[in-house]
Amino acid sequence: MPKVKVDGVEIDVPAGATVLQAAELAGKEIPRFCYHERLSIAGNCRMCLVEVKPGPPKPQASCALPATEGQEIRTDSEMVKKAREGVMEFLLINHPLDCPICDQGGECDLQDQSVAYGRGGSRYHENKRAVTDKYMGPLIKTTMTRCIHCTRCVRFSEEVAGVDEIGALYRGESMQITTYLEHAARHEMSANVIDLCPVGALTSRPYAFEARPWELKKTLGIDVSDATGANIRIDARGREVLRVLPRNNDDVNEEWLSDKARFQVDGLMKRRLDKPFLRRDGKLVPATWNEAFAALSTLNPGASIAAVAGDMVDCETMFAAKALLGALGSTLLEGRQTGMDYDTSSLAAVNFNSTFNGIETADAILIVGSMVRWEAPSVNVRLRKAVKRGARVFLIGPEWETTFGGEFLGEDLSVMGNLPQHVVEVLSGAKRPAIILGGAALGRGGLQAGLSLAGQFNLVRTLEDGTAWNGFNVLHLAASRMGGLMLGYAQQGGVADLIAAKPKVLLSLGADEVDYTRFAESMIVYIGHHGDKGAHAADVILPASAFTEKAGTYVNTEGRVQLSDKAVFAPGDAREDWTILRALADAFGVTVGFDSFEQLRAAMVAAVPALGVEGLADYGSALPSGGGSASGAIAYPIKDFYMTNPIARASATMQRCSAELLHGEDFAEAAE
Amino acid sequence: MADRYIEPDTPELRARWGNFAWTEANAAKAKEIIARYPEGRQRSAVMPLLDLAQRQVGAEENTQGWLPIPVMEYVAAQLDMPIIRVVEVATFYTMYNIAPIGRFHVQVCGTTPCMLRGSDDLIDACRARGMKKGATTADGIWSFTEVECMGNCASAPMVQINDDNYEDLTPDRLDAVLEALLRGETPKAGTQDPARHTVEPVGEPTSLVAMRTENHDYRSEW
Repeated sequence: MPKVKVDGVEIDVPAGATVLQAAELAGKEIPRFCYHERLSIAGNCRMCLVEVKPGPPKPQASCALPATEGQEIRTDSEMVKKAREGVMEFLLINHPLDCPICDQGGECDLQDQSVAYGRGGSRYHENKRAVTDKYMGPLIKTTMTRCIHCTRCVRFSEEVAGVDEIGALYRGESMQITTYLEHAARHEMSANVIDLCPVGALTSRPYAFEARPWELKKTLGIDVSDATGANIRIDARGREVLRVLPRNNDDVNEEWLSDKARFQVDGLMKRRLDKPFLRRDGKLVPATWNEAFAALSTLNPGASIAAVAGDMVDCETMFAAKALLGALGSTLLEGRQTGMDYDTSSLAAVNFNSTFNGIETADAILIVGSMVRWEAPSVNVRLRKAVKRGARVFLIGPEWETTFGGEFLGEDLSVMGNLPQHVVEVLSGAKRPAIILGGAALGRGGLQAGLSLAGQFNLVRTLEDGTAWNGFNVLHLAASRMGGLMLGYAQQGGVADLIAAKPKVLLSLGADEVDYTRFAESMIVYIGHHGDKGAHAADVILPASAFTEKAGTYVNTEGRVQLSDKAVFAPGDAREDWTILRALADAFGVTVGFDSFEQLRAAMVAAVPALGVEGLADYGSALPSGGGSASGAIAYPIKDFYMTNPIARASATMQRCSAELLHGEDFAEAAE
Repeated sequence: MADRYIEPDTPELRARWGNFAWTEANAAKAKEIIARYPEGRQRSAVMPLLDLAQRQVGAEENTQGWLPIPVMEYVAAQLDMPIIRVVEVATFYTMYNIAPIGRFHVQVCGTTPCMLRGSDDLIDACRARGMKKGATTADGIWSFTEVECMGNCASAPMVQINDDNYEDLTPDRLDAVLEALLRGETPKAGTQDPARHTVEPVGEPTSLVAMRTENHDYRSEW
């Protein structure tokens, strides 16, 4: 722990810290452009200059200078002030003064820091450099004249994303940042360079010229496009969600966000169900709420009612439906829409036990039936980190392009029962071994086979340093899955049990992946927000809220309970889901025991206490012993990364990404 | 150096260079170059390999050689590195030509010492042969660039043509060199001044004269 003096105040800094970090620990702000906590150190913007003694009598780049014992760091001296002004002046030489038409305006590092650390005026009268704009795909808009060559985007795609496609061509003043031959960036985290870019060179294409940051109402939310529960900030103006940005959460998404989570929100304004519909003579016709409930009140389902939860619903909605069914005397609840029927008696056996942070430290990882890149892009980033630390990764399933190497062992589940010798050796010799079972590996005995591997390799253990390690992980695909399982949305036989029960009424909570042809005799009541597959099959449509339009509790695949807030109101006559279910109770003539959202949440927490505590739910570390053998070819459930849920399917941006990036369609760029 | 751009990736370019592969001799050379670097550090061979590729392209089309995109991809594939990293290297160093070039790449130094010694006249002499700055003549023989200091100030003005430097030039001497090149000869590299061997002082030394015949300790005189 070196002791350093920052502006005369002595502090201890952790060994290996840089001078910049030392100054930050002392509460001093150091301006910077190229330095980023999660990227390697480049030291090329020179904005972080400070005065350091002992050392050469000139300002030093603090981001690249290790803090050592007895250093005297000054961030407030005349030399530092002059150095910052000088660097800023150089940076601004070739930076256009187009802030009024730049989308970064108002949230621009260069703008803010030039106000804080720059000279008052310009002395530059020559011509500025101009750079041709580069095409980086449908998500990233470029204005390369604004680029200050910090190379954050280059380092991100190389280090974090693992897809080397952005580079700095030419040299000196002619240096240009571009993708290889101006191809679109082809990975699932590509849009994070927009956040990383400290200037307006890389901005969001769908959000171009939409709003200024100060016009937006910012709401803290949870992403529902996959099961990782990325922390997001929902920026809305009026009733429209304009964009979604990642929030820092080192335990979940660090500060990254998948392209789908970020850009699917334009789908929230399209194909919305904004009024109730009733099926009359085989056709869905618009109706009023009163007509809809009048029709529903004649049903009298009694206990012959079932509920299927969709992939994106919150726990409160699921609990309200459970309460409604309970009041009617039914327990036919299911959330695994595609018919999976794995055993859910132990939640620890279907949880991502090592946590996302933990998987980074694993030293041997066996991935079965998960195309992690598409199913959980932020977990893919963690796996890459693990491999960079020396982890060995083996995969079972059809080959996909990993960003972390790894060895594919075969495409069939039966490989689990017959691992090659070298894999067995690596896994049994590892200190922190881990298994990740994807959605494609849970059925056909896969979960049981995985659990017996967990026993064989002793995945639950106490490490040398005394901490507990549980390397058995299940990577779900649906944001509602863990919450649903905690609330009992699982039948022994999966959806097949519901089909066999032939319920008079089937409540569909935004379930769009169910095969509704199997429920031909049921009255299907769809409570959801998009006119997607579920609504097409429905007999009654009750318009509800999307994830941005209601407060809710979500549990991610690690069992992390997180709360999301309401950003905007649902469009038209749509209501929050729980109010619809509450009104349904009246229509069916039963009481569910809550009249407000607070009462609902309190009732839910009373029923499942773990849902009332933010953070990791405790499912215990004991795993069932498993056993049996699994077989069958693995087929990944996601066929198109950009089209996995009704919001994304309605989103023009996601449709274009799918067409251009996955199906190779060419889009001529409009002249700008 | 300014206005250097990669030759666009067109179907014609792909058709011409898409099948690029080392000649037998170069394949052996490439193998030898890669073997110079430790296991896992093969990427370090990117610079010599690009040079080798440029020379092979040059040999194929009887020019000084350049690096079409498919050739860079070939090198990247051999070294198992991302193509963008290879393109970065090729575009950074100006000795890699990234656009088609003529048989002789005439690089006239125009920096101050050469300029004071008459590089403007050399540029005029080149212009008289139809060369234009930054362009290749229509017959594909001459490519002409004005460059910054090449470190031959003691024998200024100088011109670099392909791999050789020609120094102590006058327009006539440059003409002689260019004519010889046209005839297919290889003119003597280095100084073109018949009275000079290398970069020794012209005529009598004007400084350190006491050291002409024997060693002399100047320190006491300072």
